[in-house]
Amino acid sequence: MTFIAVNLMLTLIWAAVSGSFTIHNLLLGFAVGALSLWLVREQFPASLHRVRPVKLLLLAALFFKELMLSAVKVAIMVLRPNMRLRPGIFAFPLTLTRDFEITLLANLITLTPGTLSVDVSEDRKILYVHALDCHDPAAERRAISSGFERRIREAFPA
Amino acid sequence: MATDIDMATAIAVSVLLVIGSLFSVLAALGLLRFPDLYTRMHAASKAGTIGSGLLLLAAGIHAFDTAILLRALAGFAFFVLTAPISAHLLAKAAHQAGYKLTNLSVTDQLPQPKQKSGNIHTKDR
Repeated sequence: MTFIAVNLMLTLIWAAVSGSFTIHNLLLGFAVGALSLWLVREQFPASLHRVRPVKLLLLAALFFKELMLSAVKVAIMVLRPNMRLRPGIFAFPLTLTRDFEITLLANLITLTPGTLSVDVSEDRKILYVHALDCHDPAAERRAISSGFERRIREAFPA
Repeated sequence: MATDIDMATAIAVSVLLVIGSLFSVLAALGLLRFPDLYTRMHAASKAGTIGSGLLLLAAGIHAFDTAILLRALAGFAFFVLTAPISAHLLAKAAHQAGYKLTNLSVTDQLPQPKQKSGNIHTKDR
């Protein structure tokens, strides 16, 4: 059931990207979608995760805001004659447990101001984050856990 | 009226092109100026993503064609999905290989692989 739903979604994306909604193209998209889903059938979850659409939109909005801020911040930093860097790697204790949530958080962290995910511990409890300005790791940790981590938990309830 | 719309899109496209190019230049400058691989990946993954995203958006709007705009947006989406992964893998590989953080660094809480311990200055707080 979820397989069909995801396949239909892929078909629509295919039609949108290839720019034609003719029946032939939709069939081709469906076939290509089924083939790609077949390739990842081992990793495919039995049921889709529950998603709260509004919270997901909030997460996306927060992300784009932070992405713009981060690009501007890095740009300003690059232009400064004396860059005054205080870089370092700090450990961030994860409260998210599912793999896709950790992946999402790590990706979001990388694209936001001054932080870059470097590694996750074997037991998936700690995320190691490189920060351009690491003189106050506690503040960075608070910012991540009250920002992205909270929003991800709200968007994907267990 | 048509000319007004043409003018508006032309201005929007030009602004996006200039800002996108600016971010791309700054990303390249960041690669040159930052002191080590980890800080360089910040410039490459963030300013680079925004730069190419704005350029793609400009191309999509300029074409004035939904199919092309959607493809440009898809390109940006894939950039957002893949840029952090390459940055993460490069940083992780560098750290495992024992590549040092710059001397300016204040802390490194990521444990080193066993055989490399002591190779890197670790100043935990």
